[in-house]
Amino acid sequence: MATDTTTRTVTRPVTEFADTRLDSQIPDGPIEGTWDKHRVQMKLVNPANKRKYTIIVVGSGLAGASAAATMAELGYNVKCFFYQDSARRAHSIAAQGGINAAKNYRNDGDSIYRLFYDTVKGGDFRAREANVYRLAQVSLNIIDQCAAQGVPFAREYGGLLDNRSFGGAQVSRTFYARGQTGQQLLIGAYQALSRQVAAGKVQIFPRTEMLDLVLINDRARGIVTRDMVTGKIESHLGDAVVLGTGGYGNVFYLSTNAKGCNATAIWRAHRKGAFFANPCYTQIHPTCIPVSGDHQSKLTLMSESLRNDGRIWVPKKAGDTRDPRNIPEGERDYYLEERYPSFGNLVPRDVASRNAKQVCDDGRGVGSGGLGVYLDFSDAIKRLGEQVIRERYGNLFHMYQKITAENPYEVPMRIYPAVHYTMGGLWVDYNLMSSIPGLFVIGEANFSDHGANRLGASALMQGLADGYFVLPYTIGNYLAQATFDKVSVDHPSFRETEQEVDQRTKRLLAINGKRSVDSFHRELGKLVWDYCGMGRNEQGLQLALERIPALREEFWQNVRVLGDAADLNQELEKAGRVADFLEFAELMTTDALHRAESCGGHFREESQTPEGEAKRDDEHFSYAAAWQFTGVGKKPVLHKEPLEFEYVKPSQRSYK
Amino acid sequence: MDLTLKVWRQKNVSSQGQFITHPAKNISPDMSFLEMLDVINQELITKGDEPIAFDHDCREGICGMCSLMINGIAHGPEAGTTACQLHMRSFKDGDTITIEPWRARAFPILKDLIVDRSAFERVIQAGGYISVSTGSAPDANSIPVPKKDADFSMDAAACIGCGACVAACPNASAMLFVGAKISHLGVLPQGQVERYERAVTMVQQMDEEGFGNCTNAGECSAVCPKEISLDVIARMNRDLIKASFMQIAGKKVAGKK
Repeated sequence: MATDTTTRTVTRPVTEFADTRLDSQIPDGPIEGTWDKHRVQMKLVNPANKRKYTIIVVGSGLAGASAAATMAELGYNVKCFFYQDSARRAHSIAAQGGINAAKNYRNDGDSIYRLFYDTVKGGDFRAREANVYRLAQVSLNIIDQCAAQGVPFAREYGGLLDNRSFGGAQVSRTFYARGQTGQQLLIGAYQALSRQVAAGKVQIFPRTEMLDLVLINDRARGIVTRDMVTGKIESHLGDAVVLGTGGYGNVFYLSTNAKGCNATAIWRAHRKGAFFANPCYTQIHPTCIPVSGDHQSKLTLMSESLRNDGRIWVPKKAGDTRDPRNIPEGERDYYLEERYPSFGNLVPRDVASRNAKQVCDDGRGVGSGGLGVYLDFSDAIKRLGEQVIRERYGNLFHMYQKITAENPYEVPMRIYPAVHYTMGGLWVDYNLMSSIPGLFVIGEANFSDHGANRLGASALMQGLADGYFVLPYTIGNYLAQATFDKVSVDHPSFRETEQEVDQRTKRLLAINGKRSVDSFHRELGKLVWDYCGMGRNEQGLQLALERIPALREEFWQNVRVLGDAADLNQELEKAGRVADFLEFAELMTTDALHRAESCGGHFREESQTPEGEAKRDDEHFSYAAAWQFTGVGKKPVLHKEPLEFEYVKPSQRSYK
Repeated sequence: MDLTLKVWRQKNVSSQGQFITHPAKNISPDMSFLEMLDVINQELITKGDEPIAFDHDCREGICGMCSLMINGIAHGPEAGTTACQLHMRSFKDGDTITIEPWRARAFPILKDLIVDRSAFERVIQAGGYISVSTGSAPDANSIPVPKKDADFSMDAAACIGCGACVAACPNASAMLFVGAKISHLGVLPQGQVERYERAVTMVQQMDEEGFGNCTNAGECSAVCPKEISLDVIARMNRDLIKASFMQIAGKKVAGKK
């Protein structure tokens, strides 16, 4: 795909890029009152009328399940779709560390404003201030709601909630439930959802995959799905469609995402007109277990809470293969403590990951293949005793030992960065509505709150904020003002989309080539990891933009998908998802090429400070890049939403 | 190492299944059990044979999707470990490994190693929650919970809903699963209001789904990847007995089959 990236990146002032199609709908006035004011101004749906509306929710993770349950409580009819066999299995379940909230229970100086400030700064000044402020505000309500649902948060001996400092925060604002916070929060939302299923307000569709979005008169009115057990293609009509389908990290093949996580729902919506914002913002998490061989199917993350007590180091000398316990202190490089004395091992994720890559690129990486650094608990064990460490991290150490057969109480852990979260996603306004009227996008699937880098324990917060406390209000505002055509699933738009989906499925099964779906996915993953991963440069990105379309073409000529369409067929499911990743990867790379600055998780090697830190270019890139689809292999159109910072003045992030 | 796999293959819910033998050659001890199956599946695809269907998702032991009976043990030989976290170093060269789906009347087989666990959904829908609508919660610290109770609640809440307990039980009983939910919520102050009714309605639904009764075999807890204790069953039974004295009858639940 050819792009005109060279012509549009520089020279003009930001305001010139303002695009009327990207109206963020943020109310005026002081930021502290924006959300309150908006809530008063929004139109309401009469309680008796709510039952006349049907809302389609795709995804049952923290965002999807909390939104579906809350909207059902309000009286709407909700249909909730997910590809797993139970809503409780969505990948939010794997989040370990915790959830942030500005409760200031620790009396250590936290406040809504500080959480807002930290998040805007942590996002490297590429998020909307008003969205982030709202997120910090509703963080308080989330903890209340979850505690009332019976989420077994960690507590102190007095019975009150415990907190810890997490992921680069200098206050203790993270609530947690052992190492299973995501699981417990999701079970809370799942139980709320189950209650509404029992009440007859939510209809669930397990093992059902959304394969396309249906628009009628330019509004999102439904979806076309495939029943993954029977293969049946079906249409579902609604008055609004909500996507809570997660991120696109699996484009890299190896990531910490679940195997089934995919971008099909958001990509299909993008193809139907929803703008895709900042796809190049991907987060590489620093504390994952290194790859053990070619058979590797996914990467396992260990909570970065480990960095609270573990010290990260590599040997000073390249190629030092001694047992780490035999390397004397003087020959170890505690590079994070050295370079960032005030944050040390607790620098934000992007900084920690990039530094790990650097030391490994220098030949000082450890373990087989040299792609790893040590995370060493021996000092903490000496200081606190093994029992304390076992209480804090026992389950993580256990998991590490299960996977690597090494005992981290005795030998330092080996860690390496892995793709973990994607900050980019479908563009949404302040109401979480995409550029397609009636299509709302929540949680990781949207681009809204984390800018170019997400802070630890903020994903759970955002997913639940969107689902419990933002969308249920804003969707009412949309429904109250929209006029809906009386249509049924017999409408030609549904029939045509069903046919397209059916033909695509048949086409995949008919190719009968030589290569498996996984072999294409692995090759694509390696390509984007090498050229659009932790470090990116123009030459590499150009190369990727040549290779991705070629690989896509080969896929459609040479993939082998066995079995039937009218059957449970896991290869067919994967094939559809990989086909979409092959289109999406091109957009991600295009965005990375156009953004000729470094910011957060997007590190352009051409744009760094003399010390090797990410260097932003606010003059030219202080905007959200929202891409419009124009056809497969065709140049997408770039729309720019300028970002304004009234409260947190952009500065070079420094964790020194 | 080289292994021989005997895998249950079944086209769909209505057809008859059988064991098929697949050789597994050059398996690395560092592979997870599911990665070993991935490798076999790639070979099957190359040969033009349909790959083995099995449920899996997070592959880090938390989503509860994977569900393999390995040599007759739910999730395989390692204690406290899901099939996805089991590694091939637990086996040795020349082993024959039998792989089956969960077998229980309440979990019909959909294909090969995949079963339908929607019975668990309906049990949760029958009362496995605290009725609190969004927005109505008091400040989180207004309800202190003794640490001991919070820890016990967390132990029970660690259940991943995989169904290994049912598969391992000679009676296909779901009592560990149901007891875990009743204990998770019933020990917390927030869960007191509905505590006894919850126990009654969930157990009613459990019986309706065709799960068997508990005869104290203890297999459920032995295979549980989250090592949930039999205490939760005792607690559930205590709540049920108390409920019977309180004359709490189950309620009719909408939305179930």
